[in-house]
Amino acid sequence: MVEKRPVTVTVNGQVRQAEVEPRRTLADFLREDLNLPGTHLGCEHGVCGNCTVLLDGQSVRACLMFAVQADGHEILTVEGLVAPNGDLHPLQEAFWEHHALQCGFCTPAMLLTAYEYLQQHPVPGSDEEIREAIGGVLCRCTGYQNIVTAIRAAATKLTAAGPAPASRSVAD
Amino acid sequence: MKPPVFDYRAPVSVEETQQALAEYQADGKLLAGGQSLVPMLNMRLARPAVLIDINRVTELAFVRADDGGLTIGALTRQQALLEHPTVQERWPLLAEATRHIGHRTIRNRGTVGGSLAHADPAAELPAVMLALDAVVTVSSTRGERQIPARDFVVDYLTTALEPTELLRSVWVPALPPRTGWAFQEVSRRHGDFALVAVAALVTLDAAGVCTDARLVLTGVGPTPVPVDLRQTLIGAAPSPAAVAAAAEAAQAAVDPPSDVHAPAEYRRHLARVLARRALTTAIERAGGTE
Ligand SMILES: Cc1cc2nc3c(=O)[nH]c(=O)nc-3n(C[C@H](O)[C@H](O)[C@H](O)COP(=O)(O)OP(=O)(O)OC[C@H]3O[C@@H](n4cnc5c(N)ncnc54)[C@H](O)[C@@H]3O)c2cc1C
Ligand code: FES
Ligand code: FES
Repeated sequence: MVEKRPVTVTVNGQVRQAEVEPRRTLADFLREDLNLPGTHLGCEHGVCGNCTVLLDGQSVRACLMFAVQADGHEILTVEGLVAPNGDLHPLQEAFWEHHALQCGFCTPAMLLTAYEYLQQHPVPGSDEEIREAIGGVLCRCTGYQNIVTAIRAAATKLTAAGPAPASRSVAD
Repeated sequence: MKPPVFDYRAPVSVEETQQALAEYQADGKLLAGGQSLVPMLNMRLARPAVLIDINRVTELAFVRADDGGLTIGALTRQQALLEHPTVQERWPLLAEATRHIGHRTIRNRGTVGGSLAHADPAAELPAVMLALDAVVTVSSTRGERQIPARDFVVDYLTTALEPTELLRSVWVPALPPRTGWAFQEVSRRHGDFALVAVAALVTLDAAGVCTDARLVLTGVGPTPVPVDLRQTLIGAAPSPAAVAAAAEAAQAAVDPPSDVHAPAEYRRHLARVLARRALTTAIERAGGTE
């Protein structure tokens, strides 16, 4: 029996503490220990991208990290995209308006991957570039077209709304 | 799929890492970006008793360039390498090849040292390091040694690293003037491992004579395959016939596998076509017209 380790992680702006076995993946930690089931698990070996979360603002596969490795870091999951008053993030609205999801299984990962992309490219490049950006997340339903459309629409909304997406902090 | 039980150490210095490696010997395994090792744990293809996580060894994450060359710390994330302005400007081959590694999310975690130490037969970095004549620095409690890239990958997923050794950094020499480069890859989908990829470097003198040319293929066998171009390109001003002959030599040099992704015959075909394209582009970029 391997002893448990204390971890302190800031998840969606809240400091969370727990004791975990080293083998606890970050994905299971978020889902099981912190009760945040929005991070979905598909393959659990790095291929499907559905477990994507942001670690200090950068997308990572949560099935390929251990919770102990996140100690002292900041995580954003899909649950953290919604404003405290319940308002959807402009990306979520755009996904809704443009039918960018069917079953919704890939949606949390798509949203967070798109969020990272728009932080770096507030004005998105070609459709080809958007497709490359989301290429790490597999969707078995949509055919991706509406996801690309939604990301472009969200970008327009976010840049028109004044503060660039970069100013929207993990906590808001 | 969950990883098997393991104990966990998180050293914060090279010194501590080397001590942990010496302590656990073959029971210990270094964990860098985890983008190859964790899938192997989850699929129970690896069952180390102890993971030695080097993600907090910040002294291993750096990129430094001077007149002589470029030194890349083992913990440098692949995405950080390809976004590095000096790398893009002076070693564009390295930046371009790194862009072909998986997806951004993989490269945000995946490290340069991990890619070299893992030595996947279709990986980009071991092949490009070979083309660039890089030198790997490894160390343990017993000291440090340098291994030229050509001696580093010895077999399928096997390198010259001892189990107690840490890959510290890799050094890439500065490129001579009038050196052109190209990287060509074909994979099933963007972000997938290469079916075949080719790295090329061509150096011309002021009169347009090819003084050096390097071509390395990956995805075509257990280790990257360098192609000897002394009989075809080096020593004369490059001509289309010489490029075609070099591409034939590339095809002859490989003995690729057949697998679910592609039959050997198709890989052999790609070796020739990609070699021709890569050499043609490299010659153009070196200032020659072919
Ligand atoms: C979906 C997906 C797609 C991918 N596509 C590609 C691709 O197209 N091309 C490609 O090249 N790779 C690809 N990869 C693999 C990726 O590049 C990995 O990052 C890389 O192979 C290993 O680097 P790492 O830092 O993640 O190492 P880890 O997975 O942490 O370690 C890999 C191995 O290297 C050893 N190791 C790590 N660091 C050191 C060190 N400093 N010294 C000694 N030993 C060390 C470990 O002990 C382990 O045995 C892909 C991975 C995934 C999940
Ligand atoms: S569940 Fe993590 S990549 Fe598939
Ligand atoms: S909406 Fe079903 S997997 Fe993408």
